[in-house]
Amino acid sequence: MTEAECAECGATLDLADDLETGEIIDCGTCGAELEVIDVNPPVLDRAPELEEDWGE
Amino acid sequence: MTLSAAVVGGSGFTGGELLRLLAGHPEFEVAQATSRQYDRKTVGSVHPNLRELDLRFSSPEDLDSVDVLFAATPHGVSMEHIDTFQDAADTVVDLSADFRLQSEEQYDEWYDGHVAAEYLEKSVYALPELTRDELPGADLIAAGGCNATATILGLKPLFDAGIMNGDEQVVVDVKVGSSEGGASAGKASSHAERSGVVRPYAPTGHRHEAEIEQFLGLSVSFTVHAVDMVRGASATCHVFPSSPVTKGDLWGAYRESYEDEPFMRMVAGGGGVYRYPEPKAVAGTNYGEVGFEVDPANKRLVVFSAIDNMMKGSAGQAVHAANVALGLDETAGLEFSGLHPVGTP
Repeated sequence: MTEAECAECGATLDLADDLETGEIIDCGTCGAELEVIDVNPPVLDRAPELEEDWGE
Repeated sequence: MTLSAAVVGGSGFTGGELLRLLAGHPEFEVAQATSRQYDRKTVGSVHPNLRELDLRFSSPEDLDSVDVLFAATPHGVSMEHIDTFQDAADTVVDLSADFRLQSEEQYDEWYDGHVAAEYLEKSVYALPELTRDELPGADLIAAGGCNATATILGLKPLFDAGIMNGDEQVVVDVKVGSSEGGASAGKASSHAERSGVVRPYAPTGHRHEAEIEQFLGLSVSFTVHAVDMVRGASATCHVFPSSPVTKGDLWGAYRESYEDEPFMRMVAGGGGVYRYPEPKAVAGTNYGEVGFEVDPANKRLVVFSAIDNMMKGSAGQAVHAANVALGLDETAGLEFSGLHPVGTP
Protein backbone atom coordinates (compact mmCIF):
# COMPACT_ATOMS: atom_id res chain seq x y z
CA MET A 1 0.00 0.00 0.00
CA THR A 2 1.36 3.41 -1.00
CA GLU A 3 0.13 6.90 -0.25
CA ALA A 4 -0.47 10.08 -2.19
CA GLU A 5 -2.01 13.46 -1.52
CA CYS A 6 -5.39 14.48 -2.92
CA ALA A 7 -4.97 17.36 -5.36
CA GLU A 8 -8.29 18.83 -4.26
CA CYS A 9 -8.37 18.71 -0.46
CA GLY A 10 -4.87 17.59 0.58
CA ALA A 11 -6.04 14.42 2.34
CA THR A 12 -3.76 11.38 2.27
CA LEU A 13 -5.06 8.53 0.13
CA ASP A 14 -4.06 4.89 0.57
CA LEU A 15 -3.44 3.48 -2.89
CA ALA A 16 -3.27 -0.04 -4.23
CA ASP A 17 0.19 -1.34 -5.15
CA ASP A 18 -0.92 -2.21 -8.68
CA LEU A 19 -1.97 1.36 -9.46
CA GLU A 20 -1.75 2.25 -13.15
CA THR A 21 -1.11 5.57 -14.87
CA GLY A 22 -4.37 7.00 -16.20
CA GLU A 23 -6.49 5.24 -13.61
CA ILE A 24 -9.26 7.33 -12.05
CA ILE A 25 -9.79 7.06 -8.33
CA ASP A 26 -11.93 9.06 -5.92
CA CYS A 27 -10.83 10.73 -2.71
CA GLY A 28 -12.53 9.30 0.36
CA THR A 29 -12.46 12.69 2.10
CA CYS A 30 -13.74 15.15 -0.49
CA GLY A 31 -15.05 12.82 -3.18
CA ALA A 32 -13.00 14.43 -5.95
CA GLU A 33 -12.19 12.23 -8.92
CA LEU A 34 -8.43 12.05 -9.38
CA GLU A 35 -6.29 10.82 -12.25
CA VAL A 36 -3.10 8.89 -11.58
CA ILE A 37 -0.43 10.92 -13.40
CA ASP A 38 2.54 8.86 -12.26
CA VAL A 39 2.95 5.72 -10.20
CA ASN A 40 6.53 5.82 -8.93
CA PRO A 41 6.08 7.78 -6.78
CA PRO A 42 2.31 8.11 -7.16
CA VAL A 43 1.09 11.53 -8.29
CA LEU A 44 -2.58 12.48 -8.51
CA ASP A 45 -4.27 15.37 -10.28
CA ARG A 46 -7.88 16.39 -10.68
CA ALA A 47 -9.45 14.23 -13.34
CA PRO A 48 -10.87 16.01 -16.39
CA GLU A 49 -14.62 15.83 -16.46
CA LEU A 50 -17.41 16.41 -18.91
CA GLU A 51 -19.49 19.52 -18.37
CA GLU A 52 -22.70 18.57 -16.66
CA ASP A 53 -25.66 20.65 -15.62
CA TRP A 54 -26.83 18.09 -13.05
CA GLY A 55 -30.34 18.00 -14.37
CA GLU A 56 -30.95 21.73 -14.22
CA MET B 1 -26.66 0.98 33.76
CA THR B 2 -29.85 1.99 32.01
CA LEU B 3 -30.98 5.59 32.43
CA SER B 4 -34.66 6.47 32.59
CA ALA B 5 -35.91 9.22 30.30
CA ALA B 6 -39.10 11.24 29.99
CA VAL B 7 -40.23 13.26 27.02
CA VAL B 8 -42.49 16.17 27.93
CA GLY B 9 -44.42 17.25 24.88
CA GLY B 10 -44.07 13.84 23.29
CA SER B 11 -46.82 14.21 20.69
CA GLY B 12 -45.12 16.92 18.63
CA PHE B 13 -42.71 16.25 15.79
CA THR B 14 -39.49 16.69 17.76
CA GLY B 15 -41.06 14.84 20.69
CA GLY B 16 -41.67 11.94 18.33
CA GLU B 17 -38.10 12.08 17.12
CA LEU B 18 -36.85 12.05 20.70
CA LEU B 19 -38.98 8.98 21.42
CA ARG B 20 -37.66 7.27 18.28
CA LEU B 21 -34.05 7.95 19.30
CA LEU B 22 -34.46 7.10 22.97
CA ALA B 23 -36.37 3.87 22.23
CA GLY B 24 -33.41 2.69 20.14
CA HIS B 25 -30.72 4.02 22.47
CA PRO B 26 -28.61 1.38 24.22
CA GLU B 27 -28.37 3.38 27.47
CA PHE B 28 -31.88 4.84 27.81
CA GLU B 29 -35.27 3.46 28.68
CA VAL B 30 -38.29 5.61 27.88
CA ALA B 31 -40.23 5.82 31.12
CA GLN B 32 -42.76 8.50 30.23
CA ALA B 33 -44.08 10.59 27.37
CA THR B 34 -46.50 13.38 28.18
CA SER B 35 -49.19 15.03 26.13
CA ARG B 36 -52.24 16.93 27.29
CA GLN B 37 -54.05 16.40 24.02
CA TYR B 38 -53.35 12.66 23.78
CA ASP B 39 -53.39 11.72 27.47
CA ARG B 40 -53.88 7.91 27.81
CA LYS B 41 -53.54 7.32 24.05
CA THR B 42 -50.77 5.06 22.79
CA VAL B 43 -47.66 6.72 21.43
CA GLY B 44 -48.15 4.71 18.26
CA SER B 45 -51.52 6.33 17.65
CA VAL B 46 -49.74 9.66 17.11
CA HIS B 47 -46.36 8.49 15.81
CA PRO B 48 -47.09 5.55 13.49
CA ASN B 49 -43.39 4.72 13.16
CA LEU B 50 -43.39 3.89 16.90
CA ARG B 51 -46.31 1.48 17.09
CA GLU B 52 -44.11 -1.16 18.70
CA LEU B 53 -43.35 1.16 21.62
CA ASP B 54 -45.40 -0.09 24.56
CA LEU B 55 -46.19 3.30 26.04
CA ARG B 56 -49.16 5.60 26.48
CA PHE B 57 -49.06 9.35 26.82
CA SER B 58 -49.65 10.68 30.30
CA SER B 59 -50.50 14.09 31.68
CA PRO B 60 -47.65 16.56 32.14
CA GLU B 61 -49.12 17.23 35.59
CA ASP B 62 -47.98 13.75 36.69
CA LEU B 63 -44.26 13.74 35.99
CA ASP B 64 -42.33 10.63 37.02
CA SER B 65 -38.94 10.93 38.61
CA VAL B 66 -36.39 10.11 35.91
CA ASP B 67 -32.70 10.49 35.22
CA VAL B 68 -33.16 12.72 32.17
CA LEU B 69 -36.15 14.84 31.17
CA PHE B 70 -36.34 16.03 27.57
CA ALA B 71 -38.75 18.92 27.06
CA ALA B 72 -40.12 19.27 23.53
CA THR B 73 -42.69 21.93 24.28
CA PRO B 74 -43.42 25.22 22.53
CA HIS B 75 -41.35 28.27 23.43
CA GLY B 76 -42.33 29.74 26.78
CA VAL B 77 -43.48 26.49 28.42
CA SER B 78 -40.14 25.29 29.79
CA MET B 79 -39.28 28.61 31.38
CA GLU B 80 -42.57 28.46 33.29
CA HIS B 81 -42.05 24.88 34.46
CA ILE B 82 -38.30 24.62 34.84
CA ASP B 83 -38.47 24.21 38.63
CA THR B 84 -40.86 21.28 38.24
CA PHE B 85 -38.70 19.74 35.52
CA GLN B 86 -35.58 19.99 37.64
CA ASP B 87 -37.39 18.46 40.62
CA ALA B 88 -38.29 15.50 38.40
CA ALA B 89 -34.90 14.88 36.80
CA ASP B 90 -31.20 15.31 37.47
CA THR B 91 -30.66 16.43 33.88
CA VAL B 92 -33.07 18.54 31.84
CA VAL B 93 -32.63 18.92 28.09
CA ASP B 94 -34.87 21.59 26.61
CA LEU B 95 -35.53 21.72 22.88
CA SER B 96 -37.23 25.11 22.87
CA ALA B 97 -35.56 28.52 22.72
CA ASP B 98 -36.15 29.15 26.42
CA PHE B 99 -32.58 28.62 27.65
CA ARG B 100 -30.45 29.16 24.55
CA LEU B 101 -29.56 32.77 25.15
CA GLN B 102 -27.44 33.98 28.01
CA SER B 103 -29.21 37.08 29.30
CA GLU B 104 -32.68 38.38 30.09
CA GLU B 105 -31.95 41.39 27.90
CA GLN B 106 -31.56 39.14 24.86
CA TYR B 107 -34.98 37.60 25.56
CA ASP B 108 -36.47 41.07 25.88
CA GLU B 109 -34.98 41.98 22.50
CA TRP B 110 -35.64 38.77 20.53
CA TYR B 111 -38.53 37.04 22.34
CA ASP B 112 -41.22 38.07 24.78
CA GLY B 113 -39.05 38.33 27.86
CA HIS B 114 -38.17 35.57 30.33
CA VAL B 115 -39.75 34.42 33.60
CA ALA B 116 -36.85 32.28 34.88
CA ALA B 117 -33.82 34.32 33.93
CA GLU B 118 -31.85 33.01 36.92
CA TYR B 119 -31.37 29.75 34.96
CA LEU B 120 -29.82 31.35 31.90
CA GLU B 121 -26.31 31.51 33.29
CA LYS B 122 -26.21 27.80 34.13
CA SER B 123 -27.72 26.43 30.92
CA VAL B 124 -25.34 24.98 28.33
CA TYR B 125 -26.02 25.19 24.60
CA ALA B 126 -26.36 21.66 23.27
CA LEU B 127 -24.37 21.73 20.04
CA PRO B 128 -21.36 19.51 20.93
CA GLU B 129 -19.30 20.84 18.02
CA LEU B 130 -19.48 24.17 19.85
CA THR B 131 -19.77 23.34 23.55
CA ARG B 132 -18.37 19.82 24.02
CA ASP B 133 -16.11 20.93 26.87
CA GLU B 134 -18.96 22.60 28.77
CA LEU B 135 -21.46 19.75 28.55
CA PRO B 136 -20.08 17.11 30.94
CA GLY B 137 -22.09 17.31 34.15
CA ALA B 138 -24.46 20.00 32.86
CA ASP B 139 -27.91 19.71 34.41
CA LEU B 140 -29.70 22.15 32.09
CA ILE B 141 -29.01 21.82 28.37
CA ALA B 142 -30.59 23.94 25.64
CA ALA B 143 -30.80 22.42 22.17
CA GLY B 144 -30.06 24.99 19.49
CA GLY B 145 -32.42 26.35 16.89
CA CYS B 146 -32.33 24.40 13.64
CA ASN B 147 -31.60 27.36 11.36
CA ALA B 148 -28.99 28.68 13.78
CA THR B 149 -27.41 25.23 14.00
CA ALA B 150 -27.11 24.95 10.23
CA THR B 151 -25.58 28.42 10.00
CA ILE B 152 -23.20 28.05 12.94
CA LEU B 153 -21.94 24.68 11.70
CA GLY B 154 -21.29 26.17 8.28
CA LEU B 155 -19.40 29.25 9.47
CA LYS B 156 -17.60 28.03 12.59
CA PRO B 157 -14.51 26.61 10.82
CA LEU B 158 -13.87 29.99 9.22
CA PHE B 159 -13.63 31.52 12.70
CA ASP B 160 -11.58 28.63 14.07
CA ALA B 161 -9.05 29.17 11.28
CA GLY B 162 -8.99 32.96 11.53
CA ILE B 163 -10.41 33.40 8.03
CA MET B 164 -13.24 35.38 9.62
CA ASN B 165 -13.17 37.59 12.70
CA GLY B 166 -16.76 38.81 12.86
CA ASP B 167 -16.30 42.08 10.98
CA GLU B 168 -17.19 40.61 7.58
CA GLN B 169 -20.42 41.06 5.71
CA VAL B 170 -22.29 37.75 5.66
CA VAL B 171 -25.59 37.02 3.93
CA VAL B 172 -27.31 33.80 4.99
CA ASP B 173 -30.17 32.28 3.01
CA VAL B 174 -31.85 29.29 4.65
CA LYS B 175 -34.35 26.93 3.04
CA VAL B 176 -36.46 24.92 5.45
CA GLY B 177 -39.03 22.15 5.43
CA SER B 178 -42.57 22.29 6.77
CA SER B 179 -41.81 20.31 9.95
CA GLU B 180 -40.13 23.43 11.32
CA GLY B 181 -43.61 24.78 11.84
CA GLY B 182 -44.45 22.00 14.29
CA ALA B 183 -47.34 19.57 14.45
CA SER B 184 -50.05 22.16 15.07
CA ALA B 185 -51.53 23.21 11.77
CA GLY B 186 -52.01 26.84 10.86
CA LYS B 187 -53.67 28.50 7.91
CA ALA B 188 -50.40 28.73 5.99
CA SER B 189 -49.55 25.07 6.57
CA SER B 190 -52.50 23.38 4.90
CA HIS B 191 -51.38 21.19 2.04
CA ALA B 192 -53.03 23.38 -0.54
CA GLU B 193 -51.19 26.47 0.69
CA ARG B 194 -47.88 24.92 1.68
CA SER B 195 -47.14 22.56 -1.20
CA GLY B 196 -44.91 23.91 -3.92
CA VAL B 197 -43.95 27.09 -2.08
CA VAL B 198 -40.66 28.95 -2.02
CA ARG B 199 -41.95 31.34 0.59
CA PRO B 200 -39.75 33.93 2.33
CA TYR B 201 -41.36 33.49 5.75
CA ALA B 202 -38.72 35.39 7.71
CA PRO B 203 -37.11 37.94 5.36
CA THR B 204 -35.38 39.79 8.22
CA GLY B 205 -35.20 39.70 11.98
CA HIS B 206 -35.41 35.92 12.48
CA ARG B 207 -34.98 35.03 16.16
CA HIS B 208 -32.21 32.55 15.42
CA GLU B 209 -29.96 35.48 14.53
CA ALA B 210 -29.56 35.96 18.28
CA GLU B 211 -27.94 32.53 18.70
CA ILE B 212 -25.64 33.04 15.74
CA GLU B 213 -24.52 36.41 17.12
CA GLN B 214 -24.10 34.98 20.60
CA PHE B 215 -21.84 32.12 19.56
CA LEU B 216 -19.98 33.49 16.56
CA GLY B 217 -19.88 37.17 17.52
CA LEU B 218 -21.20 37.94 14.07
CA SER B 219 -24.21 39.90 12.90
CA VAL B 220 -25.60 38.18 9.81
CA SER B 221 -28.08 39.28 7.15
CA PHE B 222 -30.44 36.35 7.54
CA THR B 223 -33.41 35.29 5.42
CA VAL B 224 -35.40 32.08 5.65
CA HIS B 225 -37.55 30.48 2.95
CA ALA B 226 -40.15 27.78 3.48
CA VAL B 227 -39.74 25.28 0.63
CA ASP B 228 -41.47 22.10 -0.41
CA MET B 229 -39.76 19.63 1.90
CA VAL B 230 -40.98 18.06 5.12
CA ARG B 231 -37.57 17.69 6.76
CA GLY B 232 -34.43 19.68 6.32
CA ALA B 233 -32.65 22.98 6.71
CA SER B 234 -30.18 24.10 4.07
CA ALA B 235 -28.13 27.22 4.77
CA THR B 236 -26.22 29.07 2.08
CA CYS B 237 -23.84 31.65 3.55
CA HIS B 238 -22.29 34.30 1.31
CA VAL B 239 -19.12 35.54 3.01
CA PHE B 240 -16.94 38.44 1.88
CA PRO B 241 -13.59 37.95 3.65
CA SER B 242 -11.09 40.75 4.05
CA SER B 243 -8.22 38.73 2.50
CA PRO B 244 -8.14 36.32 -0.46
CA VAL B 245 -8.80 32.69 0.43
CA THR B 246 -8.12 29.59 -1.67
CA LYS B 247 -10.05 26.36 -1.85
CA GLY B 248 -7.05 24.71 -0.22
CA ASP B 249 -7.29 27.15 2.70
CA LEU B 250 -10.92 26.19 3.11
CA TRP B 251 -10.24 22.47 3.02
CA GLY B 252 -7.57 22.99 5.67
CA ALA B 253 -9.94 24.99 7.87
CA TYR B 254 -12.90 22.62 7.61
CA ARG B 255 -10.79 19.51 8.07
CA GLU B 256 -9.18 21.01 11.15
CA SER B 257 -12.57 21.74 12.69
CA TYR B 258 -14.53 18.68 11.61
CA GLU B 259 -12.24 15.81 10.66
CA ASP B 260 -12.63 14.22 14.09
CA GLU B 261 -16.28 15.14 14.58
CA PRO B 262 -18.43 11.99 14.48
CA PHE B 263 -21.45 13.65 12.87
CA MET B 264 -19.95 16.16 10.47
CA ARG B 265 -19.30 15.46 6.80
CA MET B 266 -17.50 17.66 4.30
CA VAL B 267 -18.98 17.72 0.81
CA ALA B 268 -17.39 20.34 -1.39
CA GLY B 269 -17.33 19.75 -5.09
CA GLY B 270 -16.19 16.15 -5.28
CA GLY B 271 -17.42 13.56 -7.75
CA GLY B 272 -20.86 12.03 -8.15
CA VAL B 273 -24.28 13.62 -8.16
CA TYR B 274 -24.28 15.01 -4.62
CA ARG B 275 -21.37 17.49 -4.80
CA TYR B 276 -22.51 19.90 -2.12
CA PRO B 277 -24.59 19.49 1.04
CA GLU B 278 -28.21 18.51 0.58
CA PRO B 279 -30.88 17.84 3.19
CA LYS B 280 -31.86 14.66 1.35
CA ALA B 281 -28.51 13.11 2.15
CA VAL B 282 -28.92 13.54 5.91
CA ALA B 283 -32.69 13.19 6.31
CA GLY B 284 -33.61 11.23 9.41
CA THR B 285 -30.04 11.23 10.74
CA ASN B 286 -27.93 13.22 13.16
CA TYR B 287 -25.35 13.98 10.48
CA GLY B 288 -24.61 17.46 9.23
CA GLU B 289 -22.98 18.26 5.92
CA VAL B 290 -20.90 21.34 5.16
CA GLY B 291 -19.34 22.46 1.90
CA PHE B 292 -17.84 25.54 0.33
CA GLU B 293 -16.66 27.15 -2.88
CA VAL B 294 -14.57 30.18 -3.78
CA ASP B 295 -15.76 32.96 -6.10
CA PRO B 296 -12.59 35.00 -6.80
CA ALA B 297 -14.31 37.36 -9.24
CA ASN B 298 -16.58 38.65 -6.49
CA LYS B 299 -14.15 38.12 -3.58
CA ARG B 300 -16.78 35.85 -2.10
CA LEU B 301 -16.88 32.53 -0.32
CA VAL B 302 -20.05 30.55 -0.45
CA VAL B 303 -20.61 28.07 2.36
CA PHE B 304 -23.33 25.43 2.36
CA SER B 305 -24.64 23.36 5.21
CA ALA B 306 -27.45 20.86 5.39
CA ILE B 307 -29.08 19.18 8.37
CA ASP B 308 -32.29 17.44 9.25
CA ASN B 309 -33.98 20.18 11.25
CA MET B 310 -35.59 17.70 13.64
CA MET B 311 -32.43 15.64 14.13
CA LYS B 312 -29.12 17.54 14.05
CA GLY B 313 -31.24 20.66 14.38
CA SER B 314 -33.16 19.47 17.44
CA ALA B 315 -33.79 15.96 18.84
CA GLY B 316 -30.57 14.39 17.56
CA GLN B 317 -28.54 17.30 18.86
CA ALA B 318 -30.32 16.96 22.21
CA VAL B 319 -29.49 13.25 22.54
CA HIS B 320 -25.93 13.86 21.35
CA ALA B 321 -25.53 16.53 24.03
CA ALA B 322 -27.09 14.29 26.69
CA ASN B 323 -24.61 11.55 25.77
CA VAL B 324 -21.73 13.96 26.31
CA ALA B 325 -23.22 15.46 29.48
CA LEU B 326 -23.75 12.04 31.07
CA GLY B 327 -20.40 10.57 30.07
CA LEU B 328 -21.89 8.05 27.65
CA ASP B 329 -20.38 7.11 24.31
CA GLU B 330 -21.23 10.33 22.50
CA THR B 331 -22.44 8.57 19.37
CA ALA B 332 -24.66 6.09 21.25
CA GLY B 333 -28.05 5.70 19.64
CA LEU B 334 -27.24 8.07 16.79
CA GLU B 335 -24.94 6.23 14.40
CA PHE B 336 -27.33 5.24 11.67
CA SER B 337 -27.42 6.39 8.08
CA GLY B 338 -30.29 7.80 6.08
CA LEU B 339 -31.99 6.44 2.98
CA HIS B 340 -30.85 6.52 -0.61
CA PRO B 341 -32.55 6.97 -2.93
CA VAL B 342 -35.35 8.84 -1.25
CA GLY B 343 -38.01 11.30 -2.38
CA THR B 344 -38.75 14.62 -0.76
CA PRO B 345 -37.38 14.20 2.75
